[in-house]
Amino acid sequence: MPKIVFLATDIALYGLIVAIAFYVWHALRTPTLRQTWRSVLHDRVAMAAAVVLIVFLVIAVLDSLHFRPLLPPAPGAAADAAPAYSTRTLSVLDWMLETPREAREKSYSIPLGTHGYAKESIVVDGKTIRDYPRLQFGGAHLKDTEAEWAGDVARRSAVGLLGGAVAVVVLWLAVAALRKRPRTSLASSLEAIWRQTTEVPWRSMLITASVLLLFAGWVAALWSAYHVLGTDQTGNDVLFQALKSIRTAVVIGSLATLATLPFAIVFGILAGYYKGRVDDAIQYLYTVLSSIPSVLLIAAFVLMIQVFVDKNPQMFETALQRADIRLFLLSAILGLTGWAALARLLRAETLKLSELDYVQAARAFGVSNANIMRRHILPNVTHVVLIVAVLDFSGLVLYEAVLSYVGVGVDPTTNSFGTMINSARTEMSRDPIVWWTLTAAFAFMVALVLSMQFFASAVNEAFDPRARAFRIRRPKPSSAQPAVQPAPAPAIASD
Amino acid sequence: MINYIIRRIGYGLLILIGVNLFTFLLFFTVNTPDDMARMNIGGKRVTQDQIEKWKVERGYDKPLFWNSKAEGLGKLKNTIFVERSVQLFAFDFGASDSGRDIGYELKRRVGPSIALAIPTFILGIFVVIVFSLLLVFFRNTYVEFWGVTLAVFLLSISSLFYIIVGQFFFSKLLKLVPISGFAGGADLFIFLALPILIGIASRLGGEALFYRTMFLEEIGKDYVRTARSKGLSETVVLFRHVLRNAMLPILTSTVAVLPLLFLGALIMESFFGIPGLGSYTIDAINSQDFAVVRSMVFVGSVLYIVGLILTDISYTVADPRIRLA
Repeated sequence: MPKIVFLATDIALYGLIVAIAFYVWHALRTPTLRQTWRSVLHDRVAMAAAVVLIVFLVIAVLDSLHFRPLLPPAPGAAADAAPAYSTRTLSVLDWMLETPREAREKSYSIPLGTHGYAKESIVVDGKTIRDYPRLQFGGAHLKDTEAEWAGDVARRSAVGLLGGAVAVVVLWLAVAALRKRPRTSLASSLEAIWRQTTEVPWRSMLITASVLLLFAGWVAALWSAYHVLGTDQTGNDVLFQALKSIRTAVVIGSLATLATLPFAIVFGILAGYYKGRVDDAIQYLYTVLSSIPSVLLIAAFVLMIQVFVDKNPQMFETALQRADIRLFLLSAILGLTGWAALARLLRAETLKLSELDYVQAARAFGVSNANIMRRHILPNVTHVVLIVAVLDFSGLVLYEAVLSYVGVGVDPTTNSFGTMINSARTEMSRDPIVWWTLTAAFAFMVALVLSMQFFASAVNEAFDPRARAFRIRRPKPSSAQPAVQPAPAPAIASD
Repeated sequence: MINYIIRRIGYGLLILIGVNLFTFLLFFTVNTPDDMARMNIGGKRVTQDQIEKWKVERGYDKPLFWNSKAEGLGKLKNTIFVERSVQLFAFDFGASDSGRDIGYELKRRVGPSIALAIPTFILGIFVVIVFSLLLVFFRNTYVEFWGVTLAVFLLSISSLFYIIVGQFFFSKLLKLVPISGFAGGADLFIFLALPILIGIASRLGGEALFYRTMFLEEIGKDYVRTARSKGLSETVVLFRHVLRNAMLPILTSTVAVLPLLFLGALIMESFFGIPGLGSYTIDAINSQDFAVVRSMVFVGSVLYIVGLILTDISYTVADPRIRLA
């Protein structure tokens, strides 16, 4: 049995998933919430984006199940000796992708390459010549690389795409079979999906999933023998790094948002409910916080973490734990420094709510202030919280890259899009240029952020019909004027 | 009006005091000068003597708030708090941890920073307004559909990509502008063209979408209908009537952009080698020069608060209905 390791961010991420599951359960039981979410479920773009997001989430979760593998017993050790565990902590994702993880080259190599990217002195037939060295892993099974490479890549691609296609067919049939009503044929169910007469936009979701599956099959087939996206300066597989970076992005995006909530909710509601002095004090607090340039504030906190980690090395057994605590604290800091915007919104919303009749009635009945806030105000501002949470996620993912560049982001040993872009900076000015690290980071980041944007916009619109979200709607010939929204009362500081 | 401005400035000062207290707590009590010294000297084995010497050189050996050894007012004045925090209000920044005068550095670097920030800001607002008004002008057509799609896409790209790809494309491939550097005079334009362009592009997506919703909110109002029924052309309606009325929320949002401008300047200046305040800050963070970071926190907050007050004043200019009591 390997020794299971729980890192701080792992536990937080599991907690988050449990919380989301709880929310789903709650939403299913509440008719109004069910109705609101239904409009998200029926949005084609949002659901296609959700499919992509789920794939990212699954990768992040797989990468969050950590363990330390059991080492084979030392020769001559007693049979009942305590089992020895490796000092390296692996995740399930690491374990699944063992081949590319272990296949290390010396330095850069291009995607699907068979030779190194820089000339080296190599010995051929007893003579030392300068040439591009063969890679240890990439295309190592080929004898004559020039002649065989194209055919091999094509063959593997075909096999991979075929595998993907089979998975696609199975998926479509499975969905059609699961959603079909009794006494109707499978074909009619498939036809309904294709003609988009289903309530949930299955066709959009399935097409997205199909593209992803074909892509995954193709990549998987090539990955068994090549570095699909090349290798970086130290010879590590770039695609593997990009996959590992997903977890960092998801952790930062979700945990940092989560960390803002307690401050924002407590302070925002208190300020809006009590008004007067309390309001002044809280407004002062968040104006102070937001007037400090956030990068500097975060930098100050991160330098503190560094001091803390350096002072207490005994608390962290492995390098991964040390890096992880930094990621965890970074998320906490992003939360600590970023709650002002949400608190401001919640304050305004609470100000509005606390004048409404039902709150006045509760007050007249003698319900305590704490109970009014908990039972009457909080449930009615959750939509604001939800909207801001989903909207903030993508911003935080982008922000992480900037912070890593400034040098106050994640630990340099942690894989993240920020560290990848950082290394790409020098690579782009090399000659010949190394473009694949940047491309990989770009593609993965855009996919994650873009799908989150689309999903967030649908959630925003569902929960706040007057939403200022962007709306991408294909123009229809007979479309009426867009729904006109009343202007919000401008927040004028006219005291 | 004067009364109001004075009151806003007073509140601004109060905020500034809060900022200062907060940074002081963060940098001197949570993180003791000993920690700073240890990080700054670096290395695992740092002797106590080295730390003491480092602190004496930089004046961090004094007590935090109360110097019982000094005489008279010196009891208060001869402390880290007064020397390092209160003095900031007189714009006396003292020496950085590497021994250079921060005030002098700031004076030298503020010019390049302004040369970058102001054109980015003004041109940026102009481009965003034109782009979003065009989206509104072509509403319910494919132009809008693809325009919005483009904006969402632009929004989803990290600003670092814009810089790296922009440098690669314009400087390395096309060789139009130098990759990085800075010079005064006529060369200024060549060096700043690309950073300004990228600064605008990286903000375009998000802000255009925001402005567009602002305009769409205005466009359904009665006065717009009246203007149309008078027979005014759509262009006049949009650029004269809608734009003016949507200015108010736009003004509010530009304040929110001010800190972003600072952040944008941080990475932009360090990527393009512009010797401004942003690159100074990044260098300070990397070399863990806390004195500079503290001063920059102060300067950044001052800028933010000035922006806040200017916005409040500009409301009255943009909308005569608002009376500041």
